[in-house]
Amino acid sequence: MKTMSAVTTPKVRRKRVATGVTLSRRAGMVFVLPALVLFAVFIAYPLLTALSYSFFSWTGIVRGEFSLFDNYVTLFTKLPYSQDLPNAFVHNILLFVGAMVFQNTIGLGLATLLHRLQRFKRFFQTMYTLPYLVSPLVIGYLWSLMLSPLFGPVNAILRAVGLDALAQPWLGNPQTAIWVVVFVTAWQWIGFPVLLYGAALGGIPEEIDEAASLDGASPWQRFRSITLPMLVPAIGTVSVLTFIGAMEAFPIPYALGGSQGNPAGATDVLSLLFYRTAFESGSSNAIGTSSAIATLLFLFIFGVSVLITALLRRAERNLF
Amino acid sequence: MTATLTPARSRADVRADDGPKRRRPRATAGGIAASTFLWLYAAISIAPLLLMVSNSLRTTQDMAQHPLGLPLPPNFTSYQKAWVTASFETYFFNSIFVTVASVALSTAVSLLAAYAFARSRSRLFLTLEGLFLSGLMLPVYLAILPLFFLLDSLGMISNLWSLILVYGALGIPFSTFVLSSFFRQLPIELDEAARLDGAGPFTTFWRVHLPLVKPAIATVVVFRFVPVWNDFFYPLILIRDRGSYTLPVGITRFFGEYQTDWATLFAGLTLATIPLVVLFLLATKQIVSGLTAGMSK
Repeated sequence: MKTMSAVTTPKVRRKRVATGVTLSRRAGMVFVLPALVLFAVFIAYPLLTALSYSFFSWTGIVRGEFSLFDNYVTLFTKLPYSQDLPNAFVHNILLFVGAMVFQNTIGLGLATLLHRLQRFKRFFQTMYTLPYLVSPLVIGYLWSLMLSPLFGPVNAILRAVGLDALAQPWLGNPQTAIWVVVFVTAWQWIGFPVLLYGAALGGIPEEIDEAASLDGASPWQRFRSITLPMLVPAIGTVSVLTFIGAMEAFPIPYALGGSQGNPAGATDVLSLLFYRTAFESGSSNAIGTSSAIATLLFLFIFGVSVLITALLRRAERNLF
Repeated sequence: MTATLTPARSRADVRADDGPKRRRPRATAGGIAASTFLWLYAAISIAPLLLMVSNSLRTTQDMAQHPLGLPLPPNFTSYQKAWVTASFETYFFNSIFVTVASVALSTAVSLLAAYAFARSRSRLFLTLEGLFLSGLMLPVYLAILPLFFLLDSLGMISNLWSLILVYGALGIPFSTFVLSSFFRQLPIELDEAARLDGAGPFTTFWRVHLPLVKPAIATVVVFRFVPVWNDFFYPLILIRDRGSYTLPVGITRFFGEYQTDWATLFAGLTLATIPLVVLFLLATKQIVSGLTAGMSK
């Protein structure tokens, strides 16, 4: 059935359309309307309004006069924002880089090994994906308990194997706290690249690999010149989603360091800064300042995602 | 496909080369290293979750004395404490209600919209589809302030229906994306046959197309369930009344109040996780296909 329609459909479809089988505009509108209303009221309207908020000065919840970029100037020149903003931004970038490294080394390695496996494949996939499905808040709290300096099992294990020197208050030390956030996040996310790379590897025709093998290519050469280029689209998808996820990080840092990013702002990220400024700062212009943070973050996430996608499209075109 | 790689043979890594060796004879050492890596990472991945369950069945005192002990004999009193004393019962049923209602809402409206996108040739619908799709990339949570004021003006703060409507809207981009690609795969001849039999657009949708996209509906439902169940940001801001907390916000309060009561904390975390594990074991296939849905671009 599939092969038959593959030959005939394009022509047939175009002809049938003319006979009016497709939905009329009016009927179509009836179908789309419920979704459109929900989307417009709860997504589009708030998004557009949120951008405008940052250009006004606010007193509590009363909108004052149009102030152009005053809120943005405040962000970069007034304490605590001028200090918190770069601090949090660096942590978001660390989160992105750390997760990318983790996913594209260990994650890609696991996916490659799983791809050649015949038994236990589903079992391993399940094991690797489970943390990804658990609430990030639960994951954050779970690790905060595991890393507890007094009777947390992580330090207990380190002591049990004779690494007493390494046992320490991981989350209390500003030097290590952010790395805990990076590790826990990367650890939770790894199931996604494993599955995605697995699906992409499954789409590579065996014959290419076999032909290269017959021509005497070593396993590394085959990976480097065949598998990796074929994975570019999947790596691109993972990069974009990891970037978005790292920039939006909220529940894991909240669970590990609270809304203040303890200790001493060491686990602060942009979303926490936004939340704190909007709902916990008590500043009379909280809405103006926090909306400026939100707008910058919004433009950064959207801009870079579009950029990565465009670069990947080009890389794909050059490859094939 | 049938290139037999040794670790697949058995879990006895040491005798990993007992399988029929046809090609890749070098696999022995590599095979052992590979399966060691796979098992080791499986342990790293799952150990914290097992530890969570195991510790929820022990007493706090026991944990303080033996951080690495096992729950022998298992002790279930902390579940009772979390469920009743710490109000997890309330949080749990609030979460169930919000998740079920919002996934039903977003799936229903997305089915209708996706059908129109797949079966209409009008420019307008292409634009609308693009608009919905943009929601997949945009950090919409940053629009929380206007959303808060909007819901506040409707008197819906602390009302679970506010979460249901918001999650319902947030589910539209992903759901229409998956569903419309499924509707597009259905041959147009179906519509024509239905039309000849005198069916209108809605009857065609309901009686002909809907039964055929059931697998896609399952994917969408399962896949939206997870983020809605887990979401922490919206209820943190939109729900102010304790009786309306969903599980994630409930957990943050609970962690403040039961700080030293480790057994109850672990029990609470386990309770919040159980529905997801059950869902995952029941619907691994849908979850895998949902996670890799973006691949078809």
